[in-house]
Amino acid sequence: MITAFFAPTTQPSKLTIPVYGSTVPAGFPSPADDYLETRLDLNDLLVHDPAATFMVRVCGDSMSGAGISSDDVLVIDRSIEPVSGHIVLAIVDGEFTVKRLRKQNGHIFLLPENPAYPPIELQDGQELQIWGVVTGCVKSFL
Amino acid sequence: MPLFALVDGNSFYASCERVFRPDLEGKPIVVLSNNDGCVVARSAEAKMLGIKGFLPYFQIADLCRRHGVAVFSSNYALYGDMSARMMQVIGRWGLEQEVYSIDESFITLDGIPTLRDYATRLRADVLQRVGIPTCVGIGSSKTLAKLANHVGKVFPKARGVFAWDWLAPEWQDKLMARIAVGEVWGIGRRLTEQFANMGIHTALDLKHADPKMIRRQFSVVIERTVAELNGISCLSLEDVSPAKQQIIASRSFGQLVTDFDTLASSLTHHACRAAEKLRRQHSEARLVAVNIHTNRFRVQDPQYNGWLVVPLVHPSSDSVVITSAAMAGLQQMYREGYHYKKAGIVLMEISEAGREQRDLFTPLPDPRRTALMSTMDRINREYGRGTLRLGSEGIRKDWAMRQEKRSPCWTTRWDELIRVR
Repeated sequence: MITAFFAPTTQPSKLTIPVYGSTVPAGFPSPADDYLETRLDLNDLLVHDPAATFMVRVCGDSMSGAGISSDDVLVIDRSIEPVSGHIVLAIVDGEFTVKRLRKQNGHIFLLPENPAYPPIELQDGQELQIWGVVTGCVKSFL
Repeated sequence: MPLFALVDGNSFYASCERVFRPDLEGKPIVVLSNNDGCVVARSAEAKMLGIKGFLPYFQIADLCRRHGVAVFSSNYALYGDMSARMMQVIGRWGLEQEVYSIDESFITLDGIPTLRDYATRLRADVLQRVGIPTCVGIGSSKTLAKLANHVGKVFPKARGVFAWDWLAPEWQDKLMARIAVGEVWGIGRRLTEQFANMGIHTALDLKHADPKMIRRQFSVVIERTVAELNGISCLSLEDVSPAKQQIIASRSFGQLVTDFDTLASSLTHHACRAAEKLRRQHSEARLVAVNIHTNRFRVQDPQYNGWLVVPLVHPSSDSVVITSAAMAGLQQMYREGYHYKKAGIVLMEISEAGREQRDLFTPLPDPRRTALMSTMDRINREYGRGTLRLGSEGIRKDWAMRQEKRSPCWTTRWDELIRVR
């Protein structure tokens, strides 16, 4: 049974973390009240275009060198034009993979960031599709 | 002169599935209705295999297996989210936008000079950001835009974009003469038959029909369609969809049902869902129609189709009042010994809440009940649908939907995100 829905991006929920322009002295009627600013929203940090932003979960450690570990949630933006150097969600032979995109001397590579994995060089006739560009990584330590 | 475009997603449900299943690129896909009953969406490849829409699934199951067709239960959480994304992107391209259905949206494009280029870039933008391929039809009325969309879809040479303005008037007519009148927006099967008797077979015939005669024999609405086909815009974009005049809540059962109690609990569920929808649009209903029926595709079974309309003393949106009416209806119409396939509720005679003349001789509804209902709605919104429900709905859902082939809710549930290596 469906017990909860999460609609992450189209109508972003606002996170309520107040930011103060000054520090708050304890045990004192707060003079910071006058400096209350708008609250931070993680969506502002992670999401450019909600319509084009998707999330995927990482499985495996082929990108550990880039700080991406298993079970992290990646933020993918489809509106960004991929260039050499971007970490991308690519489709190779019908399968999703996260790798760093590298174009060199007319060759296209998908590079893992873990020496235990071999780089993928695109062969002639092999089709590469970039599904989206990875713009962020969400880790949870609990 | 106004200029309208209708943008719609190609084989929308199938396309949504494919965005997250790149291995299905170029492969046939069908999506089944609630309960995996019949085909509601087909990819172009499935259409080419000769799979027709709305066929019961069991009739094509073999064919699907033989040709490796990917079969999905409908995943409305996914389609709803993808639709919202698609509409958001399309909306940026128009001056105004009307979301017409889950996969169709009208926008106005007045004053845009290079339409072909503009529409092509619009399509590319939606494809890149959301991953859904679309078609764009452009005309000087909504009816013409919708018909242009049909042209863009059926004629491969159009490559997904078509505007009537690109053709000289005599070529527009030649093209319209090739389109069956049933393809015109708002012309259903019944009208098509009536038109046939009058010699109106094509879109062009209707365009040239005498408006006065059409109005006399049919309605102002169809007369408007004739004007719109002639390029005279009668329908503007609707910003807000009007409150629904009829609310339907019904489902086929996961398995055939024979007993009264199971029917009663499913009808309670539907009555409450319908009442909740009613409250959300701030209206009340005066009539509660109840329907139960057997499976007409099981020809070996005795058939029964019960339909009963129960009037309420006061128009109401109270879940308990509407459920009681439904139960009274069910009691009258339930017959033992049948295998029931489906049960449903239709609320009719809907009006704005609180606008009805009250009956002098019956006590007014208790205002505390209104408060109770809005509390219930709030709790269900916050803690998930079905957190609070009427006891007669039951705990076990013997009648619940069958969705054996549903894809994960890729975009709306944390625990169902795509896993990537």
